[in-house]
Amino acid sequence: MIPRELQTRAINGPVPAILLALTLAWLALIIGAPLATVLVEAFSKGLDTFLATFGEPDALAAIRLTLLVAAIAVPLNCAFGLAAAWSIAKFEFQGKALLLTLIDLPLSMSPVVSGLVWVLLFGARGWFGHDLDILGIKVIFAVPGIVLGTIIVTVPLIARELIPLMAEQGADEELAATTLGAGGWTAFRRVTLPNIRWALLHGVLLCNARAMGEFGAVSVLSGHIRGLTNTLPLHVEALYNDYDFVGAFSAATLLAGLAIVTLVVKTVLEQLIRAGATAKPS
Amino acid sequence: MTLTIDGVYKQFGKFPALTSVSLEARDGEFLSLLGPSGSGKTTLLRVLAGLDKPDHGCVYLDGVDFLALSARERRVGLVFQQYALFRHMTVAKNIAFGLEVRPRRSRPSAAAIKQRVEELLALTQIEGLGGRYPAQLSGGQRQRVAVARALAVEPQLLLLDEPFGALDAKVRKELRDELRLIHDATGVTTILVTHDQEEAMALADRVVLMNQGRIEQIGTPAELDTAPATPFVFTFLGEVNRLPCEVHAAVARFEGFATPVITPADPVDGRGEALFRPDDTRLDAGPHAEGLPVRILEIRGRGSVRQIECQALSGHRLTAEVAEAPAAQFEVGQRVRLTARRVVLSAPGGAKPTPTPVAAPPLAQIAS
Repeated sequence: MIPRELQTRAINGPVPAILLALTLAWLALIIGAPLATVLVEAFSKGLDTFLATFGEPDALAAIRLTLLVAAIAVPLNCAFGLAAAWSIAKFEFQGKALLLTLIDLPLSMSPVVSGLVWVLLFGARGWFGHDLDILGIKVIFAVPGIVLGTIIVTVPLIARELIPLMAEQGADEELAATTLGAGGWTAFRRVTLPNIRWALLHGVLLCNARAMGEFGAVSVLSGHIRGLTNTLPLHVEALYNDYDFVGAFSAATLLAGLAIVTLVVKTVLEQLIRAGATAKPS
Repeated sequence: MTLTIDGVYKQFGKFPALTSVSLEARDGEFLSLLGPSGSGKTTLLRVLAGLDKPDHGCVYLDGVDFLALSARERRVGLVFQQYALFRHMTVAKNIAFGLEVRPRRSRPSAAAIKQRVEELLALTQIEGLGGRYPAQLSGGQRQRVAVARALAVEPQLLLLDEPFGALDAKVRKELRDELRLIHDATGVTTILVTHDQEEAMALADRVVLMNQGRIEQIGTPAELDTAPATPFVFTFLGEVNRLPCEVHAAVARFEGFATPVITPADPVDGRGEALFRPDDTRLDAGPHAEGLPVRILEIRGRGSVRQIECQALSGHRLTAEVAEAPAAQFEVGQRVRLTARRVVLSAPGGAKPTPTPVAAPPLAQIAS
């Protein structure tokens, strides 16, 4: 493998410096400034007001709901992602390309549509709405709907992390484990899982960040009932619409903090994945 | 462990990969499955390992129905061409894997496992590498680890799928010799799949030569060499010259000489095509020599053997392999006589005669 330093050519002259300056200026404008605004606004009336935002029952309910949704959606997508990546990478079957396209679909679809499909299926006038009503199950404008909306939006994130890696690794190690007497679960736990652990964590992290931050699909499905069906992003919007700017931005700092933590952990994981892909005493 | 394979048939889609393959490996025998790609040798190995199920047929190991067992129950050591080592485990952990995944009551103690790993590291001559990861090893060392890992579970059968295919020539030869020593030390019944005839002939007690899902011949390397069962065996195991001939009473007659047919045993009289090896081919420059008149086109090679490329008047090109000293008497452009020691008929019994007639050129023309 070519050392990293040799892959990037050193270019002399003013062009790289100008490009770098432009990039930094653009990032400062597009990312730095809004992030700073969030913090400035959140603390504009002092620390007490900032903290008071999180004392409100509606805010606490929003945080709880966001955590609950992520706690359901992420493990489900993790299981699905593993199963899909396993079957696509380790087996040959017809319709593989179609399955791959389907997994990718939510990425190219507007989240609003991802939310609306559930309304069409389970809403009061939807295909199964009447039956659900008789059974007394409420999906739309309730927690199950929010979970469904979050799942559909985040479905590709873990599978896409795993498929290329598992395809590259092939199935020989699992076959070797089997002939050495390992059962399916042992082979998965002791051979497959360690080989994909960093990529899996990376996928879980992205999935979690998206699940907690999702607005579009959840907005369609939640019904915006304060204290009941508002997730944190929806709560921010609700506060903002009430002209409670300090409250809105304070809540937003939580989401921004999540983004920053995600970013740091993601960077660390990516280095671990790279280390695992080349040589690897771990 | 005696392995009996009886009438195994396996089809992939419409393509029959194995058609009624039967053979027996004796206890402690080293068998080699040899054949071109697509001959079914790897499929047969996968059937033995439990990775593929045959459509018909039986496999028994010491009388036990092997096909009724799953891959994990068979206790078969499998060595892959691409090593398939567990990349996140050290060499020692790789070797210990088969012992560590055993159910608690049949699992050896940690100390016993450690000792077994040390024994295997020594047997495969990679002592001191137990703490390394596969990525830190050379190809030859990785394949040694793979062999050690397969042997750790004291397999009833050791199966190797083109194990030296990814290695360079020098390491390949070294490892090949060692594999035979390891086999002799452990006494495990071993089956090696290879497309390299030299490898198969050098290593195995008996060679199973396969072609298009069938067994062409089973025999010791010497038997395959001296008594090839079919023209395919003969052509697969070495270089051949091809020359039309007349067959009569198991003797092939050529312009200027005749020689016995070794395969098939009872050839049909008539026209045929003879196959013979360059090292069974003799050239004679003497004035009264008998044989097919040819002209020398090219002399190649170095070391102790020369390849002399000749052309007959009929246009056929033939190669003779001659030792260095006698080769010195020949030169390019020289007209000499060619004879062959033993021939195989390309189509059994001369059933497929070559269209080229054996023209009898006037001898005077050659002599001039």
